[in-house]
Amino acid sequence: MIEFFEIFLTAGFWAATIRIACPLILATLGEVLCERAGVLNLGIEGIMSIGAMVGWMTVFLGADLYTGILAALIIGGVFGLMHAIFTVYLGASQHVTGIGITMLASSLGFFIFKLILPASTTPPKIKPFQPIDIPFLSDLPFFGQALFQHTPFTYLAIVAVIFAFWLMNSTPLGLSIKMAGENPMALEAQGIDVFLVRTIAVVLGSAFMAVGGAYLTLSAFDAFYFGMINGRGWIAIALVIFASWKPERALLGALLFAGLDAYQVRAQQLAGAVIPYQFFLMMPFVLSIIAMIIAAKRTRYPKALLVPFRRGERH
Amino acid sequence: MVTFRLEERERTSYPLALISPLIAVFISLVLAGLLIILAGANPVQSYYELMKGAFGSKNAFAETLARATPIILTGLAASIAFRAKFWNIGAEGQLYFGALATTMFGTGLIVLPSILMIPFLFIMGALAGGLLLLPLVLLKLYYKVDEVVTTLLLNFVVVLLVSYLLEGPWKDPMSLGWPQGKSVVDSGILPQILAKTRLHLGFVIAVFTALSIWLIMNKTIIGYQIKSVGSNASAASHSGLPIFKTTLIVALFSGGMAGMAGVTETAGLKGYLTLDLSPGFGYAGIAVAMLANLNPLGVIFSGIFLASIYVGADAMSRAMNVPTYLADVIVGLTVLSILLSLIFINFKIKFIGNRDND
Repeated sequence: MIEFFEIFLTAGFWAATIRIACPLILATLGEVLCERAGVLNLGIEGIMSIGAMVGWMTVFLGADLYTGILAALIIGGVFGLMHAIFTVYLGASQHVTGIGITMLASSLGFFIFKLILPASTTPPKIKPFQPIDIPFLSDLPFFGQALFQHTPFTYLAIVAVIFAFWLMNSTPLGLSIKMAGENPMALEAQGIDVFLVRTIAVVLGSAFMAVGGAYLTLSAFDAFYFGMINGRGWIAIALVIFASWKPERALLGALLFAGLDAYQVRAQQLAGAVIPYQFFLMMPFVLSIIAMIIAAKRTRYPKALLVPFRRGERH
Repeated sequence: MVTFRLEERERTSYPLALISPLIAVFISLVLAGLLIILAGANPVQSYYELMKGAFGSKNAFAETLARATPIILTGLAASIAFRAKFWNIGAEGQLYFGALATTMFGTGLIVLPSILMIPFLFIMGALAGGLLLLPLVLLKLYYKVDEVVTTLLLNFVVVLLVSYLLEGPWKDPMSLGWPQGKSVVDSGILPQILAKTRLHLGFVIAVFTALSIWLIMNKTIIGYQIKSVGSNASAASHSGLPIFKTTLIVALFSGGMAGMAGVTETAGLKGYLTLDLSPGFGYAGIAVAMLANLNPLGVIFSGIFLASIYVGADAMSRAMNVPTYLADVIVGLTVLSILLSLIFINFKIKFIGNRDND
């Protein structure tokens, strides 16, 4: 049994935790931005998928890795804008719009991938982001490998948390976003365009999601596979609730979740013969459902979430 | 600054409501046509090939109706749930639960004559689909746990469970290494209804189910309650409607119909359970329900239409070298364009000259 505890003492476990957490962190931050403004974005799974594809394809076609991230960011923003036009300006059902965006974004990504690479049996590869060497820190025993031998994309994800925290808590835009999700009438009374604030939040949030998808193809792996998002978007939506719509808690939730995931992979290697692998693969989804149940008691949704705002209407 | 606002129409015009799905389909076909051009093919000819592949021969037509069978059932599952604003996105998992029930009860555990065996399998499949949803609807009702996320997440759990069963305890030893379940007993197999095709009794059952749901929704008290809960839950609650009971019934019906789709695929099309039993029929049901404006009778037609896109896309892909993923793109576009046309049916767009004077 002792080997199940020893997993926590390996630097590889902690490094893997951070690696697994990154796409979830970015996606969860993106969904936090949308939902704080009052818009549920179920397009997340598809936006991550097309972000992963576009980011990868940009690099495959010759651009550098940072241009790949930028391309993912832009395609995410485009789908976010589409979501915002439907849900914010036209007041369409946020549930159905999101599902539609997920269907469209992921299938469009697959279609374009097949169009450019019609007959690839083995997925072609790119040279992804490499771990960077930080003088002194990377050479530290244990902590060096756990914390300071990551790719630039990983550090970028951490910067994104700081950015989102700053945006939500220290800027007028962040305040407006929070008001748009809590009391849009009051925001309008101050002469601020609720539609515009919500649109900015959804576009920015969707860009985050797409970049989260691109992390998978540009940093964690080196190829694009169909279905590689594999429910990460839905898990991020559960994490948003678990994180009470706060960026800093999203970071903690994603790390906790990724830690359990990294642990199960290692435990699987120890217990693989006894417990079938499918039960280990179920863990992230079961844990997400459990997390939602735990969070249910203290869950306080943004008051105007799912409520379309209509100008000149009195509620 | 010129801006606009949406004003609800006092009454919806019915001709507009009827043609709106057609407009939505037209918009999505035009947009998908741009992608066909991008693929270097002629869109008109491609759509011709697609329609020929879906309706061009007796066999093609039968294949389309066979494909429509599970999609009509998952479409009904979505339409009844969405009508009550219960967001069951878990039809995919419920379908597989129905298929698991078919395998559990239909491969030798119990053998009855056909006339009893087939209804028995459908009841078991529907129960399995409904039971999968039951804990989630109770979590929603008691603890306000959002059903959108839980139903979505459970889909992944169920598919992994099926994978485990098919690679482990339920694997058919005769299947030469392929992960598939044992064959359904002869009396449980849904008979062909058109000779030398794959069209089976499941299609008739799906259409019959749609008619029943239409009757329930329009001619019974529970149907009225479901619609009231969906249109205004708080008003329904104040007027004494049993929200708890209604939501529970909706969930059991919705999960049950998705479970039935698992029965038609296991006992009808294939004869045994496989891991690729459903290439996303659960999600396609959402598009079908939306295209039918949640009307159970409309679901029959939108189900056949979507099935024709899926079936025809294979033929089109072979003839025109356009990736088959175009079918999924069309489905996604249809969901969004139907939302757009619904808005124009239900609202007037009023342009406002200057917001400050409003």
